Amino acid sequence: MEKKLGVFICWCGSNIASSVDVDKAVAEAKKLDGVVHAENYMYMCSDPGQQKVKDTISEKGLDGVVVACCSPRMHENTFRKAAGSVGLNSYLLEIANIREQCSWVHQNNKPLATAKAVSIIEGTLDKVKENLPLETITIDLTKRVCVVGGGIAGIMSALDLANAGYEVAIIEKEPAIGGHMAQISQTFPFFQNVPQLLQKKIEEVNANPRIKLYLNSEVDVLEGYVGNFNVTIRTQPAFVDPAKCTACGKCLEVCPVSVADEFNRGLSRRGAIFRYNQTEAARIPVLMQSDCLYFSAAEVADATSCRACADICPEQAIDLDSIRTLNDEFVGAIVMATGYDLYSPLKMPEYGAGQLPDVIDALAFERLLDPSGPTGGQVVRPSDGRVPKHVVFIQCVGSRDPERHKAYCSRACCMYTAKQARLYRQQVKDGTAYISYMDIRSDSRGFEEFVQQGMEQENLVYIRGRVAKVIAEGDYLRVFTADTLSSRQMEIEADLVVLAMAMEPKAGTRELAKKMNVTIDGDAFLSETHIKLYPVESSTKGVYLAGCGQSPKDITDTVSQALATAGKIQLMFSNETLIADPLIAEVKSDVCSGCGICIEICPYGARLMNNFTRISDVNQAVCQGCGACIAACPNKACELINSTSRQFIRMIGDFAGKAEAV
Amino acid sequence: MGELVELTGLKDGQPVTCACALGNLTEFESVPVDRRVMVIGGGITGITAAIDLGNAGYQVMLVDRLPSVGGRMLQLSETFPTLDCAQCTLTPRTVESGQHPKVTLKTSCEVIGLEGEPGDFTVSLRQKVTYVDWNKCTGCGTCIQKCPSKGIALFERDAGRMTAIYTLSPQAVPNKPQIDPDRCRYLTKGKCGVCAKSCPVGAIDYKQQESFFAARVGAIIVATGFDIYDWKNKMPEYGGGKIPDVIDGLTMERYLSASGPTAGAMVRPSDGKEPKEIVFIQCVGSRNPEFHKAYCSRVCCMYTAKHARLYKHKVHDGQVYVFYIDIRSTGKGYEQFIQQSVSEEEIIYIRGRAARLYREGDKVMVQGADTLTGKKIEIAADMVVLAAAMVPNAGAQELADILGIECNADGFFIEDNYKLSPVETGRQGIYIAGCCQGIKDIADSSAQGSAAASKALVFLSTLRRQNQEAV
Amino acid sequence: MKYPYFPGCTLYTKAKKLDDAGRECSQKLGFELDELKDWTCCGATFPLVNDYHIAMSGPTRILADTKARGDDKLVTLCSVCFNVLKRTNHVMRNDEERRAKITDFIERDYHGEVEVLHYLQLLRDEIGFDTLREKVVKPLTGLKVACYYGCLLLRPVKEIGLDAMENPTIFEEFIRALGAEPVEFPYKVECCGAFQTVHSMTTATRCSHDILRSAKNSGADLVITTCPLCQFNLDDRQPEIQKSHTAFSAIPVLYFTQLLALALDLPAAGLGFERNLIDPLPLLKEKGIVS
Repeated sequence: MEKKLGVFICWCGSNIASSVDVDKAVAEAKKLDGVVHAENYMYMCSDPGQQKVKDTISEKGLDGVVVACCSPRMHENTFRKAAGSVGLNSYLLEIANIREQCSWVHQNNKPLATAKAVSIIEGTLDKVKENLPLETITIDLTKRVCVVGGGIAGIMSALDLANAGYEVAIIEKEPAIGGHMAQISQTFPFFQNVPQLLQKKIEEVNANPRIKLYLNSEVDVLEGYVGNFNVTIRTQPAFVDPAKCTACGKCLEVCPVSVADEFNRGLSRRGAIFRYNQTEAARIPVLMQSDCLYFSAAEVADATSCRACADICPEQAIDLDSIRTLNDEFVGAIVMATGYDLYSPLKMPEYGAGQLPDVIDALAFERLLDPSGPTGGQVVRPSDGRVPKHVVFIQCVGSRDPERHKAYCSRACCMYTAKQARLYRQQVKDGTAYISYMDIRSDSRGFEEFVQQGMEQENLVYIRGRVAKVIAEGDYLRVFTADTLSSRQMEIEADLVVLAMAMEPKAGTRELAKKMNVTIDGDAFLSETHIKLYPVESSTKGVYLAGCGQSPKDITDTVSQALATAGKIQLMFSNETLIADPLIAEVKSDVCSGCGICIEICPYGARLMNNFTRISDVNQAVCQGCGACIAACPNKACELINSTSRQFIRMIGDFAGKAEAV
Repeated sequence: MGELVELTGLKDGQPVTCACALGNLTEFESVPVDRRVMVIGGGITGITAAIDLGNAGYQVMLVDRLPSVGGRMLQLSETFPTLDCAQCTLTPRTVESGQHPKVTLKTSCEVIGLEGEPGDFTVSLRQKVTYVDWNKCTGCGTCIQKCPSKGIALFERDAGRMTAIYTLSPQAVPNKPQIDPDRCRYLTKGKCGVCAKSCPVGAIDYKQQESFFAARVGAIIVATGFDIYDWKNKMPEYGGGKIPDVIDGLTMERYLSASGPTAGAMVRPSDGKEPKEIVFIQCVGSRNPEFHKAYCSRVCCMYTAKHARLYKHKVHDGQVYVFYIDIRSTGKGYEQFIQQSVSEEEIIYIRGRAARLYREGDKVMVQGADTLTGKKIEIAADMVVLAAAMVPNAGAQELADILGIECNADGFFIEDNYKLSPVETGRQGIYIAGCCQGIKDIADSSAQGSAAASKALVFLSTLRRQNQEAV
Repeated sequence: MKYPYFPGCTLYTKAKKLDDAGRECSQKLGFELDELKDWTCCGATFPLVNDYHIAMSGPTRILADTKARGDDKLVTLCSVCFNVLKRTNHVMRNDEERRAKITDFIERDYHGEVEVLHYLQLLRDEIGFDTLREKVVKPLTGLKVACYYGCLLLRPVKEIGLDAMENPTIFEEFIRALGAEPVEFPYKVECCGAFQTVHSMTTATRCSHDILRSAKNSGADLVITTCPLCQFNLDDRQPEIQKSHTAFSAIPVLYFTQLLALALDLPAAGLGFERNLIDPLPLLKEKGIVS
């Protein structure tokens, strides 16, 4: 049966009416097949305008409506809601965009604009004729959250969510939460004590019954979709039983292994069994399987297995035969707070890192400044323990170098370098701090003042230029650089060189992103949906981003982002179920050959092979209706509901026919 | 009419006591007070927070001093680093805030007082005089078309004209006009009345009086945004606003905007000619602790690069010079954006400050220095764009006094802890977000808007749980 | 009304006539400039050395002498002296450590009690430009004057505070009081390069050219200065400028007391016009100011 169609043409004040002859358009529309009503009005989206649409649907019993107005992004919802309120299925109403796509671009040619508007209306009418009435899709919602990464971003997000009453699982790769923030001494611009700030938050996490910690753990597999994720978590064996361990420290003394301590950035050494850091939370020792002789001996024939730690433990808390465990967490949403690593200084041999002990990276310098660090907070040279009198800080090491390293700016370095140099000067009164920079980027509230104070009160010597190389000369380091403000070459004799290395996504982000179905950019930073409006939403519904895994940023911005993810998830959880748009892909099961091309191409992971029918299914909750699979399907077995090829070909026919007439 | 309550507030810095109607906001008050939040400021930050809270099932009152929401972002042309059209990204959000069943818009409205305690604040508000009964108005726009009085448009930053009865922009939400009493012929001279005659629903009310009302809310989010530093009065060395072809960055946005006064044609204000040589000066009033603002305004480096590129897209043979101190491109993709500007669009960056601007013939002479070569530079430009410092919106200190939160010397609201509580104030239940806390770009502002919404949600849900447990 | 007066070396020697004009005008305007006894050089050359303390001991002594006379104001005419004395006074008032060091060294008791006034400031704040307008005998009607401030009268603004740094107006108000018409020109507060005369004559010439050209283009008949060094530099560079810029035509550069004296009808013969390289008399005659 042919549908009774109605056409409503909006003037949009003068936006449309000044270039489209709306009366003529109504007259033309009335001539079109199936149209039983056509009218125009100055503002169709206003209350009286909407009332006209509603009244006409009721009075004339319309079963298809085209509103010719602005972009559907503006008012599609408005009119669909209006139609729905009088009993017409919302999906039988379509918008014909005659403003952005017609009147605005043809302001000087009214006859052409009018003809084009009519053909857009005609095409849209043809689409409506074949539209099916649809119902929204309802998806179950598990109101639990998984946070990947236990740095400050993960901690803040988890705390907000747990305080709002939701259960949260934090997955942390390392033996303790706190992330890189635990390595930092003080903050900029207020010189706050970081260990104190962080410790308070860690205690809140530990005290919160709704937060479950998975330490030494990683995501193994992710299945499911928004509202219904199943995260399989792989946890490394906990060789030390925290219930038995009294933290007496005997095991630490007997371990024969000595390797560089990662937490202290190689400034101290540790055994295979060691305390991860000096915080209260990390007082139970951890055993690093890859360093332990018990495990390496297993691979070497005839070697005697070392069991020194297990043997000496008075509580028998160490079980060297522990195995790793797998756990499943069912959650509705996931926060990716995977964080950063510093770019390896070894990639910059011109600065001598790795060869010259007194060339260190910025996190190592933080360890030197930390009162609980390897030197008790004393800035001394790693090589000989002497107090350095001339320290050169080099900024942008590996950053802002599109040719050889990273094209992007690492954002936090200007400020932490200024902070480090100021802390150094406060400690070593007769020392000189040189800072080699390209631009000083102190762009948040109070930052500019902080750098200025550094120059004026602590006499930091800022030199604009890039350091060419650092070589060892006797007891000191010779730093070759240039002062681009005076156009002179410079050489500085330094005792210590600190490199502000670029920040890059945490190792393994690329692989993890693939598992989580989250897109990444060329540098492997996790990509947000829209940099301005959806800065914490990932490409996969239900997966949110916070912190430096998304792009380098300072603690403040990281925390803002983390709180934003918590907000987004809370509002998702404020409903009992999730609602999804039914305008998604569907498969003609009799045509699909099960080739699987659509599965490869789907950016959302919405296509899955049905193992029984051997054809490709659409996961209704995940599909965004992007149409990639429709274009890719070699057999034309996929269609987008209410945007079928048949509908589109008819629409194109309408436009093409009119184009000739014009 | 709801119950009248006597409330004390601040108006123009003076304490006032007024009778406020309480309890006539039927929809807003359909939920308990701990499920209601007020958002002050309807820019991108406030809208983001309001929609987030509305979607979470809370009733939100979004208050703005101006007649419509959208804030500064609505004035922008395109946004960095993606060069997306700002209106195209924002208007769906403003429309959503206007149509959201849980969001009540209160525009042309000012907060004047606060009583009560976290979880149950009573906020008194002043509904400013608009001379249009918005309950009757359908937003048809006939009055605007008929109004004979034309003048400088606020929204167009002096670059365009508007009528005495106006909406801020064609896409205004709510799309209801108001009358500028200083320009309206009827209100100034008692003659005209064209708008009243042409209004099909009789919504024009020349005798309208300001009114007061009060709302009880559980939490408040402050997102009052920024303004541009008053360079015209404070920086005579840049012409003090007397050289027509010297404009500020926000005005440049209107020139570049396809919906702006020139429909996006790149012309200069003085004579409408296409400028062939254009100079951008960064840090105008920023990073100048001696005389102006000590802080960095954070977004100017990026929007200047964006302006320069958009200009080059319109004037292919044009030459762009940018005076800068440091280039601060610290966001995601920002550094690459600058690099492209230099390498592909051939924009010339000069490291140095411009000392003086003056007019010579139809040119604007720019005196400056290139600190990399140590040479003085003089450029005869057709047009100069100043990236003027951004300052907190007027009245920030007064609002801080009303709400009992703190401002710093520059007028920015102060958060509880710079690092870990960036959106919480010293007062529980009141949160800050966006540029009123410190200058930031759209991405950071909207993230903070969501963060503030999250904090309000946590606070109110915790409060509810505690109350339930107590019962 | 009697004001302690510090003439400074330039106005006392090479530019004596300019100083004379200032003194004679003061009598016409009803106040007296009472020259300090045993005054020394203000120390203008010393700020070029690194040691602040030595450089400031001379001017501190001058200020302490003024205080010792029982006066609380000190008037200068030369912009350089004004700058040095005023800035020294600023240190005396605001930097306790340096003040103590300097006053201990010169064995004087001084805490910045004296107010240093420029002659122009005296006219504005003590006499009043309205009074000045009333006392003008021969208004300089029809004369278009470019008021050149230079740098020393205004900067650093927080220490000098005479007028706005970027767009001062005191000089224009003064000129209006004399009945002449000030012309706005963008170079009015740029440096004239006088400090570079010995080190780099080309720099001084270039700077002077920029200022004079801009003044001329703005329609000025002549340029006036508050600083004898600027006056000398702008005047004396003009033959050099003409060599490299043939289109440049000369413009007289006067000291402000010369114009003031004319407006108060003092005889032109005593005003030292013979020392002006670019002779202003033809112009002044043409405008009917000098017969």
